[in-house]
Amino acid sequence: MFRIDFNKLRFLVCDDNPHMRRILRTLLHSFGAREVYESEDGATALEMYTHYVPDIVITDWSMPIFDGIELAQMIRQPDSKGNPFAPIIMLTGHSEKRRVTVARDAGVTEFLAKPISAKGLYQRILNVVANPRPFIKTKTYFGPDRRRNTSNAYIGPERRVGGEVEVLQQPSLLDKARTSV
Amino acid sequence: MAQEKPAAVTIASFADHHVITQPNPLRNVLRRVAERDLDDPVARAEKALAGLSGEFKNWMAIEADRLSDAHASILRDGFTSVTRAELFRAAHDIKGDAATFGFPSAGAAAESLCRIIEHAPDLDEVPSDLIAHHINAVQAIVRERTRLDTAATAGELSKQLRGIADAFLALANRDRPEHLEAVLAPSLAPTE
Repeated sequence: MFRIDFNKLRFLVCDDNPHMRRILRTLLHSFGAREVYESEDGATALEMYTHYVPDIVITDWSMPIFDGIELAQMIRQPDSKGNPFAPIIMLTGHSEKRRVTVARDAGVTEFLAKPISAKGLYQRILNVVANPRPFIKTKTYFGPDRRRNTSNAYIGPERRVGGEVEVLQQPSLLDKARTSV
Repeated sequence: MAQEKPAAVTIASFADHHVITQPNPLRNVLRRVAERDLDDPVARAEKALAGLSGEFKNWMAIEADRLSDAHASILRDGFTSVTRAELFRAAHDIKGDAATFGFPSAGAAAESLCRIIEHAPDLDEVPSDLIAHHINAVQAIVRERTRLDTAATAGELSKQLRGIADAFLALANRDRPEHLEAVLAPSLAPTE
């Protein structure tokens, strides 16, 4: 069995709501964390990120000055002086599919919808500690691999084959239907 | 932990992207322990959270008052980018926090209000009573919680408000397919 030594981890918590920050601090301390830094907006969080170099960032989405998405985008700058690889857990009241996709495309590592639970938060932290994903860099994206699953049914351009962009040749559904008649 | 030297990365280049892999920088945080020595951090955290619960009613009242203050600003100044953003943030915080504080129906009413603010084509065209009823509902649920019959009433109130709000949004967005889709789409993100 494995356990996380939380006392070796440094957290940065970013949420404009003082009650939620208190809850997060309580949960992280009870997990065993000692170093928990807090900010109430994205701009301060970015400064603290550079200064304290946290191992894990937990951020809200909706905040004044700049929000959690902009914070994630600024952390995920491949040529920045700071660490662009730190896991980012987005903890938010937003739960719509469109929002999850936007967060993923901003380089967020894990998404957790409020209301918060100790179990949900622990599982997200365990996941980023034990199962880090490789990073992908394209012209328009830098962040954790957005493919969590592999699908044998995928039809379309295969972009993960070296050299040239290759296309998987698969019969169309129409062709399949014709040959099965 | 954060002071340790970053591990070396390997980069595999492909036609239009690079795959960057580094040895797990947090590997030293994982420790193997015997099962008999394994405590339950989640149970410990839930117990700590229960220790905070005496403050939840007061926190919820503060959040509800913040929502009412934001509404008062709108009644005074109308919808501006500032007043709209504050009303949305106040409602959005209640949507996210209320269930943790023991007021899930207040969270549901606040979520319904968030949807109106987010998806109404023109907030000035939203019936003022519709917004006021949501705010009054949140206040009533928070203030009347100690009455024994309020849990079912609060749930029913939130459900009816959501129904009215959804009907309004479906009609108002009938020519805006992207908003209509968002209004009708189920929640996706997991809470656990």
